[in-house]
Amino acid sequence: MELLGWTAVELGARIKAGEIRVTEAAEAVLNRIEEKEALYHCYLTVDRERVMAQAEQLQGRLDKGELTGSLAGVPIAVKDNICTEGIRTTCGSRMLENFVPMYSAGAVSCLEKAGMLLIGKTNLDEFAMGSTTETSAYGVTRNPWDISRVPGGSSGGSAAAVAAQECFAALGSDTGGSVRQPASFCGVVGMKPTYGRVSRYGLVAYGSSLDQIGPITRDVTDCAALLETIAVHDSKDSTSVKREDGSFLSALKEGVEGIRIGIPGDYLAEGLDAEVKAAILKAAQVFKEQGAFLEEFDLGLTEYAIPAYYTIASAEASSNLERFDGIKYGYRTKEYKGLHQMYKKSRSEGFGTEVKQRIMLGSFVLSAGYYDAYYLKALKVKALIKKTFHQAFQKYDVILGPTAPSTAPLLGESLSNPMKMYLGDIYTVAANLAGLPAISLPCGLDTKGLPIGLQLTGDSFQEKKLLQTAYIYEKARGVFPLPKERK
Amino acid sequence: MKHIIDDEMIEYVGILAKLELSDTEKEQAKQDIEQMLDYIDRLGELDTEDVEPLSHVLEMNNVFREDVVVPDDIKEKMLDNAPAQKDGMFMVPKTLEQIS
Repeated sequence: MELLGWTAVELGARIKAGEIRVTEAAEAVLNRIEEKEALYHCYLTVDRERVMAQAEQLQGRLDKGELTGSLAGVPIAVKDNICTEGIRTTCGSRMLENFVPMYSAGAVSCLEKAGMLLIGKTNLDEFAMGSTTETSAYGVTRNPWDISRVPGGSSGGSAAAVAAQECFAALGSDTGGSVRQPASFCGVVGMKPTYGRVSRYGLVAYGSSLDQIGPITRDVTDCAALLETIAVHDSKDSTSVKREDGSFLSALKEGVEGIRIGIPGDYLAEGLDAEVKAAILKAAQVFKEQGAFLEEFDLGLTEYAIPAYYTIASAEASSNLERFDGIKYGYRTKEYKGLHQMYKKSRSEGFGTEVKQRIMLGSFVLSAGYYDAYYLKALKVKALIKKTFHQAFQKYDVILGPTAPSTAPLLGESLSNPMKMYLGDIYTVAANLAGLPAISLPCGLDTKGLPIGLQLTGDSFQEKKLLQTAYIYEKARGVFPLPKERK
Repeated sequence: MKHIIDDEMIEYVGILAKLELSDTEKEQAKQDIEQMLDYIDRLGELDTEDVEPLSHVLEMNNVFREDVVVPDDIKEKMLDNAPAQKDGMFMVPKTLEQIS
């Protein structure tokens, strides 16, 4: 159906103009989901009746002129670690199989306020821990470009749903690359905003000092529109920042002239797939042709980002996931002797392998005698990494590089070699450690026909400049193809 | 440095993590932690003597708000998520053992 090919902003404009009813758009997406889910499994929860009732209601509000935003009525998917009032939120874990939040996350309230239509909850690595969506307790999601491959992760369901036209846009969460890397593998746009830009209230915490909710969309315009919708200060998240520069759509018009782009030489070194490298350099050339200043530089500390990241993320995860004790919500084991055994058995049966491993590592690095050597050391390295980026942004507006060292791996390939999977986050984790905004957008296909992601990183709260730069590239690149239809 | 995580350490970390791992899981956890620590050790190559640890990227101090009571009738919904409830309360196993 033609409608499904439109971007979120295009659909929003037609709904506003009265050319398309919200119920028609909802129906089209729900039918598409019904047709494709057996193949891709992007969603964990889709409630057709609820969606249609909601669509009816939104159309009513549109008719009365109550909804005027650019995305009113547009169907959107939300990663299943973001709380939705009255809709099951599992985090891809057995632990929360029957958990129904009694409130919506701050970002979800923003979507509701803008009149967007929540179509369903998407699959993810359990508690967002993973880079392939394979650690979900509810089965793997397949990459719409090649169903023998992973969609990336942890927001794999969201990225695959956007690529497969099973929604017009989606929310993901990014702790070490979990929005950008799946966007890269699925040939769509994914952005991690500056830490503090989007409320984390109601986002089930993994690494609280690194987590940030971000948009996954078909193009940069949709990304700007969705970011504009969710970048709202929230008094319920004390790390949410009050700012006045949230009109991102209007930033997309200016030219690239005078923009200074730096390419870290360390991002093009060993470990980067040759085809990915060629595509990134070709994209850089596009900027040069558009009049941008471009040079290679030495960012430094790149090889220390992952060890620092895993130390901090695991430590925070071990602390954050302590709340799952089988008392107030979540899984409780059937047979136990006393309170402590109930805690231990509930947690051991409710969590999957990867989550338990990270909790173990996190508990270790936080334990007496090891705290200084590991956790504190990692926080110091985090400070150094932030400083290197700060220095780089004295010279450049945007840092350009690959999102991931390779295109999407085969299903099963990554979990058999976890260290390699962790190394796959090498270009993305630094933005989380330094709290910076970064965007991934498709910049080509490799010889296997798989999408390659270009990552642009900006200085703190410079999302406008970042989106503008991405927009210029996208315009010069032209429309990126969708994956081939398959039966 | 090669790290060795012994049985005692895994037991101890299991207590901290409130996890009861199977023998296979314990072996895997040992290997996993050893491998990760060997890898994390490279942070030691960096001189961080005069570096302040950074836990929060934004320069933010305590964020205060007025302590206002907002009535919210969510008790039922909250209890509905509990694995066990009784008389409008969470039901938990006995927390004190009988002294004999």
